[in-house]
Amino acid sequence: MSGQEIVFALLGVVAVGSAILVVTTRQLVHAALWLVVSFGALAGGYLVLTAEFVAWVQVLIYVGAIVVLLLFGIMLTRAPIGESADLDSGNRWAALAVAAATAAVLVTVMVIGFRDTKMALDAGGGSAEELGAAVFRTWALPFEVLSVLLLASLVGAIVLSRSDIRTRPDVRTRPETGARPDEEGGA
Amino acid sequence: MLEVVGKLVLVAAAFALLPLLVGQAEHKVMAHMQGRLGPMYAGGFHGWAQLVADGVKFAQKEDVVPRDADRWVFKLAPGVAIVPYLLVLLVIPVGPGGQVALDLGPGIFFALAVMGVGVIGAIMAGWASANKYSLLGGMRVAAQLMSYELPMVFAASSVAMAAGTLSLQGVVEEWRWWWLPWQAIGAVVFFVAGLAELRRPPFDMPVADSEIIFGPYTEYGGLRFALFILAEYAGIVVLCALTTVLFLGGWKGPFLNTELGWLWTLIKVGVLAFCVIWLRVSYPRMREDQLQKLAWAWLVPLSLAQLALTGVLRVVT
Repeated sequence: MSGQEIVFALLGVVAVGSAILVVTTRQLVHAALWLVVSFGALAGGYLVLTAEFVAWVQVLIYVGAIVVLLLFGIMLTRAPIGESADLDSGNRWAALAVAAATAAVLVTVMVIGFRDTKMALDAGGGSAEELGAAVFRTWALPFEVLSVLLLASLVGAIVLSRSDIRTRPDVRTRPETGARPDEEGGA
Repeated sequence: MLEVVGKLVLVAAAFALLPLLVGQAEHKVMAHMQGRLGPMYAGGFHGWAQLVADGVKFAQKEDVVPRDADRWVFKLAPGVAIVPYLLVLLVIPVGPGGQVALDLGPGIFFALAVMGVGVIGAIMAGWASANKYSLLGGMRVAAQLMSYELPMVFAASSVAMAAGTLSLQGVVEEWRWWWLPWQAIGAVVFFVAGLAELRRPPFDMPVADSEIIFGPYTEYGGLRFALFILAEYAGIVVLCALTTVLFLGGWKGPFLNTELGWLWTLIKVGVLAFCVIWLRVSYPRMREDQLQKLAWAWLVPLSLAQLALTGVLRVVT
């Protein structure tokens, strides 16, 4: 094993280990913090595979935004220090089965698809230039489809969060009630 | 090998020295703007050793962890807050021809990503302190980061589009004087969003000392508190350096770019740091809803407009 492979394997162990801690810890905020470790190890894995750009975007989006959003949500509702037993879900065995099945499918696909082929890593193969060229030349259509999907969810989020466009009768009565005082403060 | 070690030593020295210089400058500039003298005794000459004395004082204090706090997270938080800024300093070029500790391809993304991680330190501190003021502060930190990260990334992307590269060195090499008016909106958005991410006044609602008693840092004392304060000043240095490199042409000055490049960089960083202090003295603290409104109703549209302007000019020329 080369040094690169050893580092990659270690990062994998850290990523999987912290991911397991995310779902088994009984302290809610610790789960979010272990998620940071897991994402960080994943970014390290990308780095070892020379996918520099993906690695830093992973840190920027997932650690810098998603986890912060999660922490914000947890703190907004309840953030007890110490164990909270009532947060355990009864679905844990079902979840375990689904997770194991997903992992099995993914591993099978990888094994069937690649067997024991070794691909040489060339430096700069995952740079922003290469990635941009691939996305906007070869994969332009899937990229656009994904963009539409994201746009749809964005519109959905706005519809869900706006209280003044919820039900039909409400819309009909609106001209009579006039503008609401809280219309400014949304978003 | 020797060169790398030398560069790392220089970065460590800059990390130890520049935040202290900014801190001392803040003491004196604030004082003079308010018609006071500021520290005058420590060290003899105009109180130059005030922050050294502060450091000694902090180091002597007892290390207290509140009984109900989450011990590990509480102790880890200052480290998470300060290390990212040290990492960002590694990729900031101070002069032409490899005067940078680590020349990363996607340098802009590295800097922005790592700066975002630093904020998690403050959120951890806010939650782990088991104090309702800290929790309020931590929530405000998170809300502020989420709204201001977006315009900051947009403004930086605009420069990357203009330069056609994500490397910080590449950006400075491509930079021309007419980028100043071209990227002016982006520069302002980037700087303002950066200030908000650092929670500097007037964006210091998360640490508002007069209402939530320094927010996430309420329960901290001694060295750990000092680390948070150091992180704030290191953040100022990093933000000013990034603004310099991205928008103000980095090492490019009126003459002798190759020989005096590092000096031009330092001068620009210094002027920007002065502006940071100036803003603190000039503006009252913004309310939480005003903060959110500024980010979503002004900075995001402005940065999108800057992106469009950059894109159009790039395609046309």
